[in-house]
Amino acid sequence: MEALVASAVGVMTAAGIFLILRRRTFPVILGLSLLTYAVNVFLFATGRLALDAPAVLNKYEDVPYTDPLPQALVLTAIVISFGMTAVIVMISLSAYLSSKDDHIDMSASDSTDAPGEDA
Amino acid sequence: MNHWIVAPIVLPAILAPFIIMVLRYHLDLQRIFSVAGVVGLLGIALTITAQATTGEIQVYELGDWPAPFGIVLVLDRMSAMMVLLTALLALPIVLYAIGSGWDDRGKHFHALFHFQLMGVCGAFLTGDAFNLFVFFEVLLIASYGLMTHGGGAVRLKAGVQYVTYNLLGSTLFLFALGTIYSVTGTLNMADLAVRVAEIPPEDTALLRVGAVLLLLVFCIKAAVLPLHFWLPASYANAPLPVAALFAIMTKVGAYSILRVYTLAFGPDVAVTEGLVGTWLQPAAMVTLAVGAIGILGSQHIARMVAFCAITSMGTLLIAISLFSEVATAAALYYIFHSTLATALLFLVADMVMERRGGAIAPTAPMPQTGLISALFFVGAIAMAGMPPLSGFVGKLLVLDASRGAPDATAVWAVILIGSFVTIVGLARAGSLIFWKSHDAQVVPPPEPEDEEATDIAVAAPEPHPGLAFSSVFGAVLGLILLTLFAGPALQYTSKTAEQLFTPDNYISAVLGREE
Repeated sequence: MEALVASAVGVMTAAGIFLILRRRTFPVILGLSLLTYAVNVFLFATGRLALDAPAVLNKYEDVPYTDPLPQALVLTAIVISFGMTAVIVMISLSAYLSSKDDHIDMSASDSTDAPGEDA
Repeated sequence: MNHWIVAPIVLPAILAPFIIMVLRYHLDLQRIFSVAGVVGLLGIALTITAQATTGEIQVYELGDWPAPFGIVLVLDRMSAMMVLLTALLALPIVLYAIGSGWDDRGKHFHALFHFQLMGVCGAFLTGDAFNLFVFFEVLLIASYGLMTHGGGAVRLKAGVQYVTYNLLGSTLFLFALGTIYSVTGTLNMADLAVRVAEIPPEDTALLRVGAVLLLLVFCIKAAVLPLHFWLPASYANAPLPVAALFAIMTKVGAYSILRVYTLAFGPDVAVTEGLVGTWLQPAAMVTLAVGAIGILGSQHIARMVAFCAITSMGTLLIAISLFSEVATAAALYYIFHSTLATALLFLVADMVMERRGGAIAPTAPMPQTGLISALFFVGAIAMAGMPPLSGFVGKLLVLDASRGAPDATAVWAVILIGSFVTIVGLARAGSLIFWKSHDAQVVPPPEPEDEEATDIAVAAPEPHPGLAFSSVFGAVLGLILLTLFAGPALQYTSKTAEQLFTPDNYISAVLGREE
């Protein structure tokens, strides 16, 4: 199981980084989502992997349990990354609609222009 | 329990939704409440700073959960000082945004502004590494909105880059925290310090990986080379009053480096011995050098000021990377100075851009050239570190602190040559922008922007230019006061550094252990 989880994190991270290095916004956003999935699984595994174990201590008998804290952390991370993905989708959409161009890098003309004189 | 500690977070957290939900359509009321909120924050900051000067480290347990299990806020000299700096910075910026009409060019400026303040204050006060991540996200989400405030194709494009880069940074932050948690089983910074010290140095490969990943995250925030690429494009294309507020965001990175690498992964902890200093110092020196070259090469005033922000981060991180008490005291003084100086230059740059466009090239003279050029002159002197302003004192302190260090020669050379190049670059920009416009010999090149600029002046006249100017003068006043009261300020930062380098007090205060 450890090998499976580890390779899943590894593959998702690699694919995420590959996609982020593309030059258009859509693959970049997909890559960011993959990376956040990878980090969520990774956080989940930081409490050590345990099968069929409750996330609470039993004070009457000594039974195996799984660490509840990473689950709380993952929950926070999921909420934040979900919100962030929505934000970046909206900003990229409006950037695409206003400049008719979905390249993520600033072209040479952009950087010498006066920065966004507001319309 | 002292409830003042949580007030700098609660006040903006209540005010910002109030502005969105109740005052959505009333700009005047928004402005009144926003300024009142910042003044209130300043009052709170002064109160908690006064409490922190006693030297006692106060802990606020959220939900009354004891320390390693619940989240704690910790008030010590450094966090109080940084909250005070945030409030002091926010006041002139919010006044400038009102005076220049920037808050009217998009929606929800004031609400986002207060969310940003909440995130920054929270990051300074928290004593929990995961909570630090959450407050980073709060301040980043607000900054995404502020960065794209006012819209425009170029700004939105720069915004996409900025958001992408910071999302990557957040992911890295989570990987770092996960790695550290998997080794130590805690994320409370004081508890972390105890656990890290207990781990024998031979089986800490994973912990070292976590420590380095965490350093990378903070270096992204602090715009240390080679992770600085996001800064010039984002700051130069953001609305410039917002860029002035962002001057505190790079300092959040610097603060986190100081906090985590004096407390948990301290210089004398066996696990990470020499790790930070070895890597951070050369990177900081290169940051300073590249920033200075960027100032010299910029064709646009906003980009130039963004590179000024990078040079000041370089100087600051050189001081931090020395990891001695004297150097940290100098660094804390320099944090105060460089935040105010960067913000001042951004505000002046905004005045220039509103009147004549930002290109560093001769054009027709603009209105109020004399006053604006005088302000630019003051800002440039402060930024370059010339006497008589506080930049000089700050750089002198940094140089003095590095005297005994092994790489003192390199540090001196980089800081002095970097300052010289900065002076040349700022002088070049100033003379091209302010003097050449009066030179009869120079025929201003036909500016396509001229028409556009007059259009803007008609479309969005400055509602209260007097307010804008007086807020910039307020920032100048801050720098002058910092120079005049350099003695007491340095005394405070020295005691702060002393407190930082005796982490035992912090640990026993948080974990509630008796000495």
